Amino acid sequence: MTLAINGETRTIPAAGNIRELLGVLGIGESRVAVELNGKIIRRAEWEQMRLSDMDRVEIVQFVGGG
Amino acid sequence: MTYSLASDPLVLAGKSFRSRLLVGTGKYETFPLMKEALERSGAEIVTVAVRRVNLDRSTESLLDYIDTSRFTLLPNTAGCYTADEAVRAACLGREAGLSEWVKLEVIGNEKTLFPDTEALLAATRTLVKDGFVVLPYTNDDPVMARKLEDAGAAAVMPLGAPIGSGMGIQNPANIRIILESVSVPVIVDAGVGTASDAAIAMELGCDAVLMNTGIAGAGDAVAMAEAMKLAVQAGRMAYKAGRIPKRLYASASSPLQGISR
Repeated sequence: MTLAINGETRTIPAAGNIRELLGVLGIGESRVAVELNGKIIRRAEWEQMRLSDMDRVEIVQFVGGG
Repeated sequence: MTYSLASDPLVLAGKSFRSRLLVGTGKYETFPLMKEALERSGAEIVTVAVRRVNLDRSTESLLDYIDTSRFTLLPNTAGCYTADEAVRAACLGREAGLSEWVKLEVIGNEKTLFPDTEALLAATRTLVKDGFVVLPYTNDDPVMARKLEDAGAAAVMPLGAPIGSGMGIQNPANIRIILESVSVPVIVDAGVGTASDAAIAMELGCDAVLMNTGIAGAGDAVAMAEAMKLAVQAGRMAYKAGRIPKRLYASASSPLQGISR
């Protein structure tokens, strides 16, 4: 499937929901936040939230900052 | 009774902290260096930024080097130029960190990184309404500090000088007026270049100091972290001890009588 992830168009193995997507991308689940098409998806909803082709996904984490 | 630091915690939004030094986690050459500096600083609150995950390489994670059972993470909204961007960043930080606390920054100018206080106030109102504990980075304007308090900010964080400038407390008079204008804690955020700057902020009566570059950019960041810890403690104690008034002429310390001639 094709998704826009963090501003880049990527074709990846099909992922049914956000939890699966993080698995496919090899991203640990702790301390990340996910936005789907401009809306933050709470952790508890990661499994219910279905992904479709051309969805926009943002995945953020903490980095060093002041 | 003699003052002691141990019985004078910093209270922020109902939470007590032993340390009055808050530190950033940016600009360190390596994560192990940051970890050691954080430990030596004695800080209990550390700021972090929220950024996109790098999809192409598995970089080391900042949080592998921060023991979150010891340090309270304070996500910032650095890099945001509008109230909407800052609110979004705060919400992402809350989701990633599972905490309502946010260091709110809305920047108004790229070169000075001075805050856009109009947007800052709007974002503070929105986030307070949404249940956030908002710690806004603001300028050294007592009127704005008061407006932020009225909007529900849990503290006000005036700059001492531009972020990363190391210029020290440029307007101590305004910081003093801010201290008189608000009843929430006042935390000097930005501008501290060396230990004496931190001590001056605390001697003015500020409740805490937040810094990043002053430590991370020092020749020996770990030693500077400890210097800042000691300066904040010394400044706080001196403030509480009550300094002598300044006077133009001398006042002898040794008895004037009984001098053997």
